[in-house]
Amino acid sequence: MNTRLPALTLAALALLFALTIIAFSVGRFAISPSDLLIVLWAKLSGGTHALPSTYDAVIFQIRGPRILAAILIGAALSGAGAVYQNMFRNPLVSPDILGVSSGAALGAVLAIFLALPILAIQGFAFAGGLLAVAVVYFIGNAVRGHDPILALILTGVVVGTLFGSGIALMKYLADPYNQLPAITFWLLGSLSSISPGDLWVAIPMVLLGLVPIFLLRWRMNLLSLSDDEARALGVNVSRMRMVIVTCATLITASAVAISGIIGWIGLLIPHAARLLIGPEFARMLPLSLLLGACYLLAVDTLARTMASIEIPPGVLTALIGTPLFLWLLAVTHSRARSGA
Amino acid sequence: MTPLLETRSLSYGHPGRTLGHDINLDVQAGEVHCVLGPNGGGKTTLFRTLLSLLPAHAGSIALGGIPLASCTSSERARLMAYVPQAGNSYFAFTVRDVVLMGRTAYLGLFAAPGVKDFDAANAALAELRIDHLADKSFTQISGGERQLALIARALAQESPLLILDEPTASLDFGNQTLILQEILRLKASGRSVLFCTHDPDHALQCADRALLLHQGNVLALGAPREVVTAANLHTLYGVEVELIEDVSRGFAFCRPRVRTLNSSL
Repeated sequence: MNTRLPALTLAALALLFALTIIAFSVGRFAISPSDLLIVLWAKLSGGTHALPSTYDAVIFQIRGPRILAAILIGAALSGAGAVYQNMFRNPLVSPDILGVSSGAALGAVLAIFLALPILAIQGFAFAGGLLAVAVVYFIGNAVRGHDPILALILTGVVVGTLFGSGIALMKYLADPYNQLPAITFWLLGSLSSISPGDLWVAIPMVLLGLVPIFLLRWRMNLLSLSDDEARALGVNVSRMRMVIVTCATLITASAVAISGIIGWIGLLIPHAARLLIGPEFARMLPLSLLLGACYLLAVDTLARTMASIEIPPGVLTALIGTPLFLWLLAVTHSRARSGA
Repeated sequence: MTPLLETRSLSYGHPGRTLGHDINLDVQAGEVHCVLGPNGGGKTTLFRTLLSLLPAHAGSIALGGIPLASCTSSERARLMAYVPQAGNSYFAFTVRDVVLMGRTAYLGLFAAPGVKDFDAANAALAELRIDHLADKSFTQISGGERQLALIARALAQESPLLILDEPTASLDFGNQTLILQEILRLKASGRSVLFCTHDPDHALQCADRALLLHQGNVLALGAPREVVTAANLHTLYGVEVELIEDVSRGFAFCRPRVRTLNSSL
């Protein structure tokens, strides 16, 4: 009875499939679904096709990596958000609650400030994210005599603010013609500059974090109870929490390192998944991953096709997300009250 | 017979601050033990120590003859279940999902509940006659129903000893009686119960042994009718209490004296 996928999860899977086809098709160089199928089939079977080689370039070099990146990062951010919201028993928590985003941002901004190459910017962002969470986790555990969850969240907020002031200082000191636009661009997040090489690094990293969480998905429910309850039920809470924080940080830092900061998804999508399918984590996580992938793919496709210039997805996620979320909140609330 | 739970010269407290000494408990199969004491008297701290959530400061705790310290967390969970107060906040899990969490100690690290676990959860819900709540949201049922669901979770845990932390707190009169009834049912089914309460009548009504905790230490331990006395209750709570006994029907209850300005009843 557990192996059956809920209808909603199947629907989200179908939606992701449809969005992927649309994302391949639309853009300045339109590709019809049948042409897409011809090119993909030729690639898979190792044969050839009669279409111009531009098709191959657009599908495999330009749109393919970007679509894959949108799916990966959308799923990563909403997966990490789902984990943190569950663990901190708080639906208002986002993946950057322990400072991973501000740490990554400070790393990236520092690398841009030092005029380092792209690869170093990503490396610095990744390292900064991990460092921030390590600091938060260490301090949060060192302050005894407080509720461990509260200590972690408060430390995360404080350390995040500290890193934020570091970012502000860098922006102030940065060269306003070259560095400042690059910093702003990075802080708004973008999928336009992601190369296949970036993906080959990010995919294994995200999977490395996601696989343990996926395997532990039922047991994750217990982390949403009070520590006493979870421990009395037979869970080694502190060890599990450390594993989960490490995994979620790895996921978020890998995503943020290649895309910059894309807000909202990690907060909004898990919440939406919970409203739709309930809080039981084993059911909620797959839906959350799929909806996150769908959402970022849809937003990024809009971002590159809506206007003649690209709109940063970080701006669009909130612009589209806010009304969508409020609508969902209103609809599910009335359903809960009617007892259905 | 080896007691389910046995403590010898147990000292307990928070790290760095010992609250009480010399706790000697023997909980046998099918017994109900009740801990009485004022707020801050150490009831919750003692329970957390027995559940291995706090380290013992001195002395020993054994579960079924095995030292508590040498049990793994899942071994412990199979021997002893904890029923917290229903006031904690939860996500909107269904009642069945909450009860299924009682199966954790029987599941591998990466496993999800299987048919056997669903059966155990359904049986626990049926035993407490709350099967109709199974698909309701845990946040939308009443306090009494929530307490029953948490007891059902402990039953799904299939441990012979249940530790209930103030199971009647914040419940209305009817629900309090319902919970006491369930405690007696658990006893009748051969399980042991250790619970704490604010109401001495609960000890008189359904406990085999009562432990009176005064500022962390044992004021009295024994059969409720012998240790729940006016003098002991005065020491514990600082109020005048009259014990009214009906010898022919074999029960007693407490009546606190409430003085008005011009009469003393």
